[in-house]
Amino acid sequence: MYSTDPVPRTDPAARPTGTPPAGRSRAGRRPPAVLLIPAAVAAVFALLPLGYLAVRSLERGPAFAWDVIANERTAQLLGRSLGLAAVVVTASLLLGVSLAWLTVRTALPGARAWSVLVTLPLAVPSYVAAFAWLSAFPDLAGFTGAALALTLVSFPYVYLPVTAALRGTDPAQEEVSRSLGHGPLRTFLRVTVPQVRPAAAGGAVLVALYVFSDFGAVSLMRYDTFTRGIYTSYRASFDRTPAAALSVVLVAMTIVLVAVEARTRGRAGHARTGTGTARPAVPTPLGRWRAPALAWCTAVTAAAVLTPLATLGYWLAVGNSATWDPARLLETAGTTLGVAAAGAALTTLLALPVGVIAARHRGRTAHLLEQSAYAGHALPGITVALSLVFFAVRYAEPLYQELPLLVCAYAVLFLPVAVAGTRAAVLQSPPVLEDVARSLGRSPLSVLREVTVPLAAPGVAAGAALTFVVCMKELPATLLLRPTGMDTLATLLWTETGTGSFAAAAPYAAALILLAAIPSYLLGRHRA
Amino acid sequence: MRRPLIRRLPALLAAALLLPAVAGCGVDEDDAGLVIYSGRNEKLVKPLLDDLEKAVGTTVAVRYGESAELAAQIQEEGGKTKAGLFFSQDAGALGALSSKGLLAKLPQASLDKVEPAFRGGAGDWVGTSGRVRVLAYNPGQVAKVPDTVHDLVKPEWKGKIGYVPTNASFQAFVTGMRVLEGDDATRAWLKGLKANEPKVYENNLKVLDAVGKGEVSLGLVNHYYWYERVAEKGEDKVGAKIHFLPGGDPGALVNAAGVGIIKGNDQAPVAQKAVDFLLSAKAQKYFADDTKEYPLAADVTSTVKDLPPLSSLEAPKIDLGRLESLQETLKMLQDAGMV
Repeated sequence: MYSTDPVPRTDPAARPTGTPPAGRSRAGRRPPAVLLIPAAVAAVFALLPLGYLAVRSLERGPAFAWDVIANERTAQLLGRSLGLAAVVVTASLLLGVSLAWLTVRTALPGARAWSVLVTLPLAVPSYVAAFAWLSAFPDLAGFTGAALALTLVSFPYVYLPVTAALRGTDPAQEEVSRSLGHGPLRTFLRVTVPQVRPAAAGGAVLVALYVFSDFGAVSLMRYDTFTRGIYTSYRASFDRTPAAALSVVLVAMTIVLVAVEARTRGRAGHARTGTGTARPAVPTPLGRWRAPALAWCTAVTAAAVLTPLATLGYWLAVGNSATWDPARLLETAGTTLGVAAAGAALTTLLALPVGVIAARHRGRTAHLLEQSAYAGHALPGITVALSLVFFAVRYAEPLYQELPLLVCAYAVLFLPVAVAGTRAAVLQSPPVLEDVARSLGRSPLSVLREVTVPLAAPGVAAGAALTFVVCMKELPATLLLRPTGMDTLATLLWTETGTGSFAAAAPYAAALILLAAIPSYLLGRHRA
Repeated sequence: MRRPLIRRLPALLAAALLLPAVAGCGVDEDDAGLVIYSGRNEKLVKPLLDDLEKAVGTTVAVRYGESAELAAQIQEEGGKTKAGLFFSQDAGALGALSSKGLLAKLPQASLDKVEPAFRGGAGDWVGTSGRVRVLAYNPGQVAKVPDTVHDLVKPEWKGKIGYVPTNASFQAFVTGMRVLEGDDATRAWLKGLKANEPKVYENNLKVLDAVGKGEVSLGLVNHYYWYERVAEKGEDKVGAKIHFLPGGDPGALVNAAGVGIIKGNDQAPVAQKAVDFLLSAKAQKYFADDTKEYPLAADVTSTVKDLPPLSSLEAPKIDLGRLESLQETLKMLQDAGMV
């Protein structure tokens, strides 16, 4: 399909100054207005919670805010959040990369089926996973339990981009390595890992931000993290100022994390530029590692998918509060699908320009835009929700507690999920094609429409599906911003567990997992 | 390899954005005569609020959430709130709105229906039902249940107590102890409790289950969780029992769920009718029989099996209005390393 010469991407610093940048080098070139303007809109959108936090945390003067932040307990909670994130990210990388390699590059029996199965944990809300493990093993509570539950629901954030990267990169390099006598392990470490590193790092950032912002799992596992501290502050003191000051720390953490990730991203080209048509890799034979590999896949699937399903099954069978209300279940499922689809659509639209700029352009503006998109992602849902309450009642009152505002909340919360997907997808498509189109006199908009988006479309669609899943599971912002009287599966689940009617909650949890499994399944299949 | 589906991506996105317009199915609160923000669970109070709608004679829209989060939301909405009435799980959230001046003063006639102990000091909120702090115990592990929370700091209970330090009811109880016995005594008690390495749970039900399973022997909970669990599972399957503490012990604090009218909107007359309905015999009977709480007005007594009448409880004499100093309690709990 694409037959062009490999193009080494040059470091902008290496170019003599004064020379106009070569057409194909994106380095330093300003993004075209057709991308810049919508990306700026998305960034402003994503920065709304920060504006709110500034107002609230400084309400009683900087000294008060500083007192909250400089508290010994703040450092303690921060340490706990960072520790948990470190463990969950490491474990997710281990699971995600190993499973991606097994399902894409080896002769694993049933590789296609496994690639779907290990994507399904995405459909499990963190609070359901935590609950499932806790009801089976009460002693897990604490750090271990929180780390386990969070790893099991978030490793697909690593698995999905790494699989995509493995499929997108040229298997020839690995074959050359093998032909030079390097063993599979050496080849994996020296050739494969560097190829998937940017994808894995992007996934790892999402996992880390997920851990920072999660409340459900840590609260069930009784492990105090920063987010839990913020919730406690709202609940125990009914005071928004300390909670806002604490949230500012989370934002700072996010910015550092995203900056570090961008720095380590490396300059390697990720697009296949000189290999002719896409060619499937020759699967690595597993030999005597076949049984352990299968056991590994089975163990992960059992832990991440079967455990929650089995617990729900148990509650359905055991409790006598299981009052079936199929009509309400059906109606709520419809509503959930509707708002999640709208959330995913808006998020994807906003993420598209940001993702393209992040992939194709370097420089201050590009960096700033990408970092803005991520800035609010580590914030607990309650903070984002209150910030939207704040802005909506002031500047968009007719929209307040109407569906559009809820959809906007989803976009603010999950923009990075879609940005990461878009960026990875654009990185995978050869930039030289855009240059060709441009040299043929196409405008930036038509390049975007005719080349960039169609090439990246599968990846963008995957990002949209992922966003769709996370929107379905969202609880705290949905509670505050939904139209009065509207329910989603997540809010009904919350209602039922609030009175301890786990059996009555089970059908909603099951429906949520099953519905969220559909896009997860498509994601898995799309990769296979 | 490009699929036709992907080419239609923009159309699909547009369709998805429009979908909720079709799927949307909320009660339009602009048409509602009264909007209630309810920190009380829908499962518990929906039937009651359906009756309330009939009683006040106008459409009622209810937004369910967590009490503290809804209180934060009302503060954030400021003068533009849609809420006419706040129905809170606990007195603390009402106290917070009261201290910010967001609640309207209630007529004395409404206030007088309830003991002074169960209303706001500024006369702008009123208790609708009471919940009592009790000790849950595992009969297989505990021969003699302590009669005061002060016994819980004894070494014999080391590692055997379950509690929820983040729970509003627990914090209200600690605040109550501060009011009754002073900050120093409370700090000493918290220190002693912490030294006994109590197990922390996420909510009262988890504590109750843990006691039932013998993970811990004693638990600090509210009374109605036990009755709820019995309703959910059947009494023979609930391993825990509960003990009402005698002698005005701070561990036997009676806290209130209640309502306040949000100041400054035109829903006040209907909201007033709603308050009167919630204090009526019919509503009070609902609390007594359905949510297993204590009715606070209209001389209604509970008919739930085994639930002792409120008058028979030796609850500590305390003004719930004085429970607003939650900040200091939180500080104390943080200093003790509990939350």
